[in-house]
Amino acid sequence: MTMPMPMQAGPIPLLSLCALSMRFEKRRSLSDTLARRPQQVVSAVNDVDLDVMPGETLGIVGESGCGKSTLARLIAGLHRPTAGDILFEGKSVVGLKGARRRAYNRRVQMMFQDPYTSLNPRMTVRDTLREAITVHRMRDGAAIDRRVDELLDLVRLPEGAADKYPHEFSGGQRQRIGIARALSLEPTCLVADELVSALDVSIQAQVVNLLIELQDELGLTVLFVAHDLRLVRHVSHRVAVIYLGAIVEIGPSEALFSKPMHPYSKGLLAAAPSLDPSARRRAPALVGELPSPLAIPPGCPFHVRCPHATERCRREKPALRPVGAGMTACHFAETIGDA
Amino acid sequence: MRVQKKTVVLDVRHLRTEFGTQERPLVAVDDVSFQVAEGEILGLVGESGSGKSITLRSILGIIRPRGRVAGEILWNGQDLVPLDEARLRRIRGREIAMIFQEPMSSLNPLLTVGLQISENLVAHTDLDARARKARAIELLDLVGIPAARSRLDDFPHEFSGGMRQRVMIAIALASNPKLLLADEPTTALDVTIQDQILRLIQSLSRDLGMAVILVTHDMGVVAETCDRVAVMYGGRLCEIGTTTEVIADARHPYSLGLLRSIPRDVAPRTPLYSIPGAPPALNALPPGCAFSARCPVAGGDCADVRPRLQGAGALRQVACHHLQDALAHFGPREAAQ
Repeated sequence: MTMPMPMQAGPIPLLSLCALSMRFEKRRSLSDTLARRPQQVVSAVNDVDLDVMPGETLGIVGESGCGKSTLARLIAGLHRPTAGDILFEGKSVVGLKGARRRAYNRRVQMMFQDPYTSLNPRMTVRDTLREAITVHRMRDGAAIDRRVDELLDLVRLPEGAADKYPHEFSGGQRQRIGIARALSLEPTCLVADELVSALDVSIQAQVVNLLIELQDELGLTVLFVAHDLRLVRHVSHRVAVIYLGAIVEIGPSEALFSKPMHPYSKGLLAAAPSLDPSARRRAPALVGELPSPLAIPPGCPFHVRCPHATERCRREKPALRPVGAGMTACHFAETIGDA
Repeated sequence: MRVQKKTVVLDVRHLRTEFGTQERPLVAVDDVSFQVAEGEILGLVGESGSGKSITLRSILGIIRPRGRVAGEILWNGQDLVPLDEARLRRIRGREIAMIFQEPMSSLNPLLTVGLQISENLVAHTDLDARARKARAIELLDLVGIPAARSRLDDFPHEFSGGMRQRVMIAIALASNPKLLLADEPTTALDVTIQDQILRLIQSLSRDLGMAVILVTHDMGVVAETCDRVAVMYGGRLCEIGTTTEVIADARHPYSLGLLRSIPRDVAPRTPLYSIPGAPPALNALPPGCAFSARCPVAGGDCADVRPRLQGAGALRQVACHHLQDALAHFGPREAAQ
């Protein structure tokens, strides 16, 4: 493989998540309180350890409700984790306040799924970009407008675009505005939460190409959260598969996609529609649905849907451990992975 | 593959659906013709605004009064276009049923699921209350809802997204339809649940001999589910053929570009093929080929002269003036997967 692969031991990670957890407490209704029902807690992210290397693209995949967006939002600083730590260039960023918080926010930028709701409809593109640039004091005076033009050029939007409003653009163009807004702060790391999911297939390719190009040009680190496995495979160096808020498998993209080791990854990849009509199946690749994060099953969280589950899986939670080219959290990864 | 001759149940001829004023109509579906045989799954694929959903709605007659439908929609030989509401209602929901993308907005949030299935049974069958209940349980069971009996009294919000879509399918099946119109039924669902729903639709079609028109924007869904596929662009058909043939050997520049923009056997992180520009607005369609503005092989005549669907092989039709150029431009696909 000729791709520059991030080394395991060499450079220090740009971003480290250490035993990161996020729990949301459900609001108790009056009747719950009167009946003394225990408070319900959604465990969205459970004890996640993860290193992100500078310059790499880490793909994050999983079903809706698995916690992948919560993970992205934690990294972007939109939630405060209930436990664990986030290190950015070796320093904790969880409790940051004031100027230091702003400095971190500037360097880690999030891009959202819906280009229709994530831009202010009453602000022109220029206003949107100017706001970001002035709040973070990136440029002064006339340099601001020059920077706006530079950014629009960077994301390949036509010259006249700056003075238009979001509704005058198509979905793909709006997503480019979102990218320009994120880049206006010269970030180190981009968190792309379902960046192209709302776009038509023919437009998706344009935006993905732009993202890869900009990343190479500017040396950005990208967290690519998406449910389209083909796209994740295409853009990512490494991929993490999330199930019920925990990483069940992580590894180099090509290895994981060509030979998934965890039974959940296997099912998820098999369920993704392939373009090969001869690969048709009569039975679904994965039965059942994601259990409620209000009541995560004991032992291996996947055992209720796993075709290989044994007594041990119901009892004992498997740890993420090295298997093949990556890490897998399954007691029987070796035997299942080779099956 | 099911390519042998089967009875054609639906024969759409020169369908044209327009909105807006008579003087300046917006033509959402323009001269679309296709057939669906019994037990067959036809995929209707295209981008947003390509007219695929309006085609489905036109068949069911649910775009009136604002839309105007012309052409013929022959349902077992009977033209549905001139029918009035009362006569259409005897077919709609009974012989032809439809399911939608958003099951939550199609289900009544205030009625139990059992009641909503019963409603359809009251409308289309002569079963008594006891038989209706039994049938409702049978239907929920058929669409794979666990513990069907105990879920009759549950409300839609108590079901997950995938289970709601199963409920929608159960309601649609209540009248034993001969044709199921499925409008992006899995777009809002996860791949794993999408897979379950598609396998369900496939097995129902096979076991009940039900024809299905499946509208989707995902070529992968088509490849895994449909027997034949029709590719739409700007309200027109650009290519129609068997799924295997179209996916392995597309001919229309739009289908070729669409398939090529999906990453498969390309080196990671290399630029993907992308179709330049964006889909045209309905009020700015050229008189000729709708795709001409974005087409890499368009010639001088393309924007002015409308290409007709022509046979390209026994089971396929393509609407393009420059088939040879398109093949040469995109090059032969390496068969290796």
